[in-house]
Amino acid sequence: MDPMAEIKASFFVECSELLESLEEGLLQVQGGDTDPETVNAVFRAVHSIKGGAGAFGLDDLVHFAHRFETVLDEVRSDRLAIDADAVLLFLKSADSLSDLVAAARDETPVDEAKNAVVIAELETLMPGGGDTDEATADADQDLDFAPMTLSLDLPAIDSQVDADIGEVTDEAAATTPVWAICFTTEKGLNQSGNEPLFLMRALAELGPVTAICDTSDLPSLKLLDPSQTNLHWDLTLSADTSQTDIEEVFEFAQGLCTLAITKKTSDQSTPDTADLEALPVLPDLPALPDLPAPSVNEYAPAQPAAENTAPESPKPPAPTPTKAAPVAATVRVDLERIDRLVNLVGELVINQAMLSQSLSAQNLTSNTTISTGLDEFQQLTRDIQDSVMAIRAQPVKPLFQRMSRIVREAAHDTHKKVRLVLEGEATEIDKTVIERLADPLTHMIRNAVDHGLETPEKREQSGKEPEGTIHLRATHRSGRVVIEIQDNGAGINRERVLSIAQSKGLVPTDAVLSDAEIDNLLFMPGFSTATEISNLSGRGVGMDVVKRAIQSLGGRISIQSTPGHGSTFSISLPLTLAVLDGMVIEVSEQTMVVPLSSIVETLTLADAEIQTLDQGTQVVHIRGKFVPLLDLAVEFGYRAPNVIPEDAVVLFISAEDGEPYALVVDTIHEQRQVVIKGLADSYGYVPGVAAATILGDGKIALILDPVDLIARAGSPDTPTALSMAG
Amino acid sequence: MTHDPTDASNSDLELLAFRVGEQEYSVDIMKVREIRGWSPATSLPHAPDYVRGVINLRGAVLPIVDLSARLGMDPIKATSRNVIIVMQLETQTLGVLVDAVSDILTLQKSDIQPPPELANGKANSFISGLTIVEDRMIRVIDLAGVLPETGQAAA
Repeated sequence: MDPMAEIKASFFVECSELLESLEEGLLQVQGGDTDPETVNAVFRAVHSIKGGAGAFGLDDLVHFAHRFETVLDEVRSDRLAIDADAVLLFLKSADSLSDLVAAARDETPVDEAKNAVVIAELETLMPGGGDTDEATADADQDLDFAPMTLSLDLPAIDSQVDADIGEVTDEAAATTPVWAICFTTEKGLNQSGNEPLFLMRALAELGPVTAICDTSDLPSLKLLDPSQTNLHWDLTLSADTSQTDIEEVFEFAQGLCTLAITKKTSDQSTPDTADLEALPVLPDLPALPDLPAPSVNEYAPAQPAAENTAPESPKPPAPTPTKAAPVAATVRVDLERIDRLVNLVGELVINQAMLSQSLSAQNLTSNTTISTGLDEFQQLTRDIQDSVMAIRAQPVKPLFQRMSRIVREAAHDTHKKVRLVLEGEATEIDKTVIERLADPLTHMIRNAVDHGLETPEKREQSGKEPEGTIHLRATHRSGRVVIEIQDNGAGINRERVLSIAQSKGLVPTDAVLSDAEIDNLLFMPGFSTATEISNLSGRGVGMDVVKRAIQSLGGRISIQSTPGHGSTFSISLPLTLAVLDGMVIEVSEQTMVVPLSSIVETLTLADAEIQTLDQGTQVVHIRGKFVPLLDLAVEFGYRAPNVIPEDAVVLFISAEDGEPYALVVDTIHEQRQVVIKGLADSYGYVPGVAAATILGDGKIALILDPVDLIARAGSPDTPTALSMAG
Repeated sequence: MTHDPTDASNSDLELLAFRVGEQEYSVDIMKVREIRGWSPATSLPHAPDYVRGVINLRGAVLPIVDLSARLGMDPIKATSRNVIIVMQLETQTLGVLVDAVSDILTLQKSDIQPPPELANGKANSFISGLTIVEDRMIRVIDLAGVLPETGQAAA
């Protein structure tokens, strides 16, 4: 990648972070946060985006960010009070800004009309119209992006300091005694680790100091001995101090310099300050007592360096950078590197399993050093694995924040009033899960606004607040992450759902369905409750797509709905896509892994009672319930139907609708953690199979997707040659 | 399997030749990642008959295609004497089960003729060219055609 493109790419990465903090800040303001630092943070985010955009010549972005920033600056400097409408407008502007950033990144056209509207609205907030502001702000802008700005400020600071000294000495001269110090370095001063500058700084702590350096002793460059200073200083100190105190300063240089200290009268000192020459050490002397920690000389070179790494680093002059809340140090790492690490750890886990398998084959007793060492190794492997997974884990916060925009837009389009409440944003999930969750979650949030919540009028009629509330909640629950989307709307209109499903031929007209079954009709392909196709949802892509997406992440989705009180959609997701707790089973000499999370119960076939219904449909009779039976070997085409081995084992699997299914396997080997190896990239989709893994013997075993398996078993077009034949 | 790099400079193409049944085939050697002995594969349910399954290639899942079955001939009776040629196609890695590796050929591109238009049969779509080496006809395999038709497996 060419270096400019690289810098640009990192700018866009930073932009998305800035946009997040912008939105976060605005939401805090909306929530009643009046801390000026919050407004400052919002301002800084916009300003930084503008700065970076300016450096890359992204004019549209600069233009918009500039207008936005101008208004925010008014707010920041308390010239403009913000009300709820203004915050909404700011949020809208933040959305537009984010669109512009995206457009600049993807080099796609911008919706200029929309932005113009937002800009116009922003302008109306301005107390004094746009013209003058623009002029000043443009100048401001030029200043901000000139990389040398702060270095140029330096002489200004120096001269100001000089002026201060002048005044101080003049004023001080009247009351305090003035000391003239003649300081001549001798050979050996530098060798002993002394430095005239430090001496003079120390002297400056006693009182204001002026220094005149006499360079007449300096030999020509050819003869110059760099270990010698060859300099003579005439120092003037105005301080109410004693000669001993002054001598004490030079204590360490004793014998290495010639020192003459004389007390002068005040009128003698004034001419000295007048013909001060600009000497390199001079500005430093008063700088120490007057300025905070970093000395001016150190500060100057640091600035251009910062300029290179972060194009938007020049801060607006007003907020002090040091005031920002302390942030934990982070490292930005290429995701590919982490993935490689995750893969390697996966290998390590497999390797360790192979090692313990071959050791157990040696029939060693359990208390040998080897087996205890192996136990420790196992523990370490697990720890490493957990740590590596933690690197990939990210809080759901950015994802949730994106949803607040979706809610705003959807609420605007449907003319509803919606409040989004985020809970558990700090909950962490695997990065890939977060990325792939964005689309389904967007869809569900839109659905919640569009279908879930009623219009303000309807809400008032049924005695609710006109403003609807959507809770977006993330929690950790028994090794999984549960994300809930809860609205306080009207709930699912089951009658309507059923009649639509019947009219579309999705269920027989005479079917009697339970409430849960009716709710689950929403997930059926081709089901869409919207009577007219709205801009938001009802494009034919419905909840079935959402369900499919969640399932592909190893997740489950379920609905609870109470008429009149709203609906809750729960998505349960695995913490990581890299490892899985599974049960290792065998079917027709094929070793496979069944995800532990899907197994409800296991049973040996002898205890279970098999009943045959019509044409090979078998059910198991357990605790007064008939559970449909599936022979895994038959489903996968390894065995002809109806020849279930005597000592087979039945796994009870909970299907999507909560109904149990019985899956017949030959034997259960063990329960263990397996590393998931995707099949999709190397081969493709295999029906009923979620992924593959590598077992301790180095062989590949397939990881089943029992829910997919059950869903397919019901459909007549299962492409199993044997089952078709039987 | 070493070759002189100076030799490669004046030739256009190096091919790895291998035997499937009674016929000889070849692939561009630059596509070949490694050659390894047969190890039992984990079979995939609902897979086409020419997909023998998947094996563990140093931690990666490698699908194995039986080239003989893929070309419409009898499946190879896999023994330890058969070999798997691991090939790289763009982003995908594929193991191809063949009877034996026979030769490395260095040819000019002009030595390869396109397959005759009229030729019929399943094998034709997998052959991108023909060449004669020491009176043996060697077919150049088009790897993209050999790939299992995934995605359609979901039908």
